[in-house]
Amino acid sequence: MKDEQDYIQDIAEIRSMMERSSKFLSLSGWAGVMAGIYALTGAFIVYNFYSFNPDKIFYSTTSGSLTSPLPKVIFLALLILLLAIGTAIFLSWKKANKKGEKVWNATSRRLLVNMAIPLSAGGVLILVLLLKGLVGLIAPLTLLFYGLAIFNASKFTFDEMKFLGLIQMGLGLISTWFIEYSLLLWAIGFGFVHIVYGIYMHFRYER
Amino acid sequence: MKVSIDDLHKAFESRVRLGIMSALAVNDALDFTSLKEYLDVTDGNLATHLKKLEKEEFISVEKSFIDRKPNTKYYMTKGGKKAFEEHLEVLEQIIKSQK
Repeated sequence: MKDEQDYIQDIAEIRSMMERSSKFLSLSGWAGVMAGIYALTGAFIVYNFYSFNPDKIFYSTTSGSLTSPLPKVIFLALLILLLAIGTAIFLSWKKANKKGEKVWNATSRRLLVNMAIPLSAGGVLILVLLLKGLVGLIAPLTLLFYGLAIFNASKFTFDEMKFLGLIQMGLGLISTWFIEYSLLLWAIGFGFVHIVYGIYMHFRYER
Repeated sequence: MKVSIDDLHKAFESRVRLGIMSALAVNDALDFTSLKEYLDVTDGNLATHLKKLEKEEFISVEKSFIDRKPNTKYYMTKGGKKAFEEHLEVLEQIIKSQK
């Protein structure tokens, strides 16, 4: 015979299972903060040491001062991406372990697939445009496709991620018009917005 | 409406079966491994509870092969969804009436 406490417990378990099996909630706010710091560092290096700051969309691929640092810029961008993903995975793994859950489960797989598809489409497009000399579109399009990926993935994690996606998409679209500010807007989107979002999520869910 | 504990379906007495139904309520289909991860139970234990729900026709099984390995997917039937929703309602009423 069950008593009232058991039924309340039943309902609590039902709710928790529904949430756990449909949303991946082990993402850590610190991952956002760290990703933001990597991005700001990257933007700083690219601007100051590589003097890379496109102010128009098209640059000839054969000559020009901007195309020479391009391989270094791409390498640095990939390094930042890997660092950010690595940090996010490591911190999620720690957070999931603490809750006695697995990081690699049906929910996290779904989250990753939904994020990876728009992101890969964007990656291929950016690569093609780069080869055609449309250097000025790198920063706007990384913002736009990252925003789309995050917006799409938000269904499978914290709802707030939807806003992060919308902000990145907005910044991406603005910077396609103001190419001369695209590196600055990129630093704001990937750097500043990530840090603010990370801190907000940390105080909201991890304290 | 007068509700009593007799209205609660016997199939939902176990927490594991309740967990299976909750997970299937928010997912189109789940395979055995995913269910096991969510519920944190042994293979045998999970299989027994799944059999019971299958016998009640609350869930349905779809067997297929992925890379030549058998893959079993479970999903909720219409009857299962109805029974689960009714169960939730009864739970709610019991708690309300005892307040």
